[in-house]
Amino acid sequence: MEFSKIYDVLVIGGGNAALCAAISARRSGASVLVLESAPKDFRGGNSRHTRNLRCMHKAPMAVLTDAYTEEEYWEDFMKVTGGMTNEPLARMAIRQSETCMQWMMQQGIRFQPSLGGTLHLSRTNAFFLGGGKALVNALYRTAESLGVEIEYGSEVRELKITDGRFTSALFSRRGFSHEVRAKALVAASGGFQANIPWLKKAWGDVAENFIIRGTPYSNGNILRLLMEQGAKTVGDPTQCHAVAIDARAPRFDGGIITRVDCVSLGIVVNKNAQRFYDEGEDFWPKRYAIWGRLVAGQPDQIGYSIIDSKAMGTFMPPVFPPVEANSIRELAGLLKLDPAALEATVNEFNGAVQPGAFDHAIMDKCATAGLTPPKTNWARRIDKPPFYAYPLRPGITFTYLGVAVNESAKVIMQDDKPSKNIYAAGEIMAGNILGKGYLAGIGMTIGTIFGRIAGEEAARYVKA
Amino acid sequence: MSKHSNVSPELVQEGERIMRICNACRYCEGFCAVFPAMERRLTFEESDLNYLANLCHNCTECYYACQYAPPQEFELNFPKTLAEIRLETYRKYAWPGMFAELFHKNGLVTGVVTAASMIVVLAVILGSGGPASFLAAHSDVKGAFYAVMSHEAMVVTFGIVAVLIATAFAIGFVRFWKDTEGKAAPAVTPGAFVQALSDTLLLRYLDGAEDGCAYPDETPSNVRRRFHHATFYGFALCFAATAVGTVFHYVLGWEGPPPIPTVASLLGRPGAPQLELLRSLPVILGSLGGIGLLIGPAGLLWLKTRRNSLLVDHRQNGMDAGFLVLLFLASLTGFMLTALRETTFSGPVMVAHLGIVMGLFLTMPYGKFVHGIYRFGALLRNAVEKSTMPTLGSE
Repeated sequence: MEFSKIYDVLVIGGGNAALCAAISARRSGASVLVLESAPKDFRGGNSRHTRNLRCMHKAPMAVLTDAYTEEEYWEDFMKVTGGMTNEPLARMAIRQSETCMQWMMQQGIRFQPSLGGTLHLSRTNAFFLGGGKALVNALYRTAESLGVEIEYGSEVRELKITDGRFTSALFSRRGFSHEVRAKALVAASGGFQANIPWLKKAWGDVAENFIIRGTPYSNGNILRLLMEQGAKTVGDPTQCHAVAIDARAPRFDGGIITRVDCVSLGIVVNKNAQRFYDEGEDFWPKRYAIWGRLVAGQPDQIGYSIIDSKAMGTFMPPVFPPVEANSIRELAGLLKLDPAALEATVNEFNGAVQPGAFDHAIMDKCATAGLTPPKTNWARRIDKPPFYAYPLRPGITFTYLGVAVNESAKVIMQDDKPSKNIYAAGEIMAGNILGKGYLAGIGMTIGTIFGRIAGEEAARYVKA
Repeated sequence: MSKHSNVSPELVQEGERIMRICNACRYCEGFCAVFPAMERRLTFEESDLNYLANLCHNCTECYYACQYAPPQEFELNFPKTLAEIRLETYRKYAWPGMFAELFHKNGLVTGVVTAASMIVVLAVILGSGGPASFLAAHSDVKGAFYAVMSHEAMVVTFGIVAVLIATAFAIGFVRFWKDTEGKAAPAVTPGAFVQALSDTLLLRYLDGAEDGCAYPDETPSNVRRRFHHATFYGFALCFAATAVGTVFHYVLGWEGPPPIPTVASLLGRPGAPQLELLRSLPVILGSLGGIGLLIGPAGLLWLKTRRNSLLVDHRQNGMDAGFLVLLFLASLTGFMLTALRETTFSGPVMVAHLGIVMGLFLTMPYGKFVHGIYRFGALLRNAVEKSTMPTLGSE
């Protein structure tokens, strides 16, 4: 990069939304500098860990089967958000999602039919060949070939904004501070989920037991700087996408492999060896995102998914081997739970299981009777040794607090007026559309669409 | 099989570890056959790893797509780990077992064996014809090509070597097949065989799913596939040239070196010697194959110099380079021999050519060539499994 140059567009961030903004701004004729806080090996933010995006389509299209209409998309969306959304923005995103795949293919991203075991997504979600890191690589290749300048390991520390107009950013790289000036800013630097002190502000000390599934570089600094400089916020600061993941996962960056997909096949107990929620309430893909919160509500924020050998091999194999024992007492000992209490819980559960035809592919109504909490589907006695357990902790994917934007991806200030030249895309503004809940693949859809818009609008502003 | 020739426990442990990670992720399943084959398993023993390692074409696409690749803390280096296991399987299946260690110093072995082969060829020539004949010019017209080295001497030496290496390949293949059989191995069907053959001949899994694989760097490219095709089909055409020549010699009684086709015969002008064109078939096939064997190995060697060093099992550099250099030199000296066969250089060039070809063949069962044997075996097993074994685990 040239320190003396005034860039047309400065993009802060290095994931899908940032690169989509950089590419579309560059294609619109702007000079573009990308400041990615991660080193090159870890570039791409949470996009590194993604695998698909959700696309509306009127007929079968490339790797997508059948049709997924705007209305159905909207209904799915309303189900998960409970109406906590900005309808015009959400509908705009849904409509534009129809053009996402084609545009992404033009940027060198390759798609494939839905992954094994994800057939329920083959109609709605387009999978990236090789996953999110392959997507990130393709975007960087394209950006570089177009002449986008990229600086890795460059963390922005200060934004100079006067009367809603951005003029320059201070950033540090390899121990030295630099200032870079630009005519427009695109903030696409993610949420604050990797910032434990910030999480503790919202959650209290229990956040110490949270595991961050994605990039450790999402520290929310840009979000904080924009908030300090008068940007209007959206989203509940205590809301985050949290799933129950293997407690043995690394503190950061464990990604997809730390998932544990056998909750609905057995029971889940807390550290007192007590059950605390209906494990068979609904299909796992529709329920995994509430279990992070459920486990976070238990003492010491830990849970244990317990199954017997009947369930082995019928769910995605987790990365860490299960704790294995030939009796429930022995299993309890290995998990450091009270053996008598666990045995009592399992016996009570087994005694409550009603006869039925078990079928994990449907809501089979195999349920317990007279048990609190009940298990309403897939209830089978846990009686065939060896027995297995996976320890669970809350795994945070992303936070919902963000900056408010309009349909041009322009950041709205606290006086409800749009800023002059500040745009936002991706997780940092996803809260506008996603007030709560989650729909598989919608994060990448929001990132792609608002990234594109932010890049185009920023370039247009600069040329005007 | 000697006890120490099994895959090392550390490597098996690492292989098992990476498969656990990959099987929990599955993002790469669209790239090649390895990941879908992995998904048909939940546990990974040495035999599973040996099979998957040989199914891997080392396109390295998965490494660049991997969220867990170094320096990420899981330090998952899929292509390199499988390459390391592959080398150990070559040793494990080698026959006779005492030659298994040759895989360790293959580059050196190749050089020594080739040099020794040249000396042997020289000794045979000098012993049969004497120094005068060795340095003399022999005219084709007088049918004196074999004056330097008799046809019988060539047939006997190369015949014995051919039988030995065919035996080594067959035993190696059987050892691979038995090792990777698993508990309830389904039978090979004709359909599976055809599938495996087409996967091999087309290098289907070296296309990175569509526009090439990440070799030698992360940019998708078909360049390696093309150079490999040139090498493979070049070799096949040279083999065909030899086979046709043998049929001409023994079945049709057309003795002596096949004539070099004339312009007239190639253009098929009226009155041109059509029979001579047919008799030239071995030269035509050999020349086409020879061109492939100049371009292919040279290209593959060039690509090797540009590979991402992090993905390379450097212990195999000598083996890879030795094989490619010998293929290239065999072709080069073959062309020289054809061009110079009526000159006084024919003796020395023949020593070089036959020595190199002999070195190539002798080291074949203990060098890079075996990858083709086990790759085909793995593709065959994959084709059988695809229609008989389900993917395990689902969301």
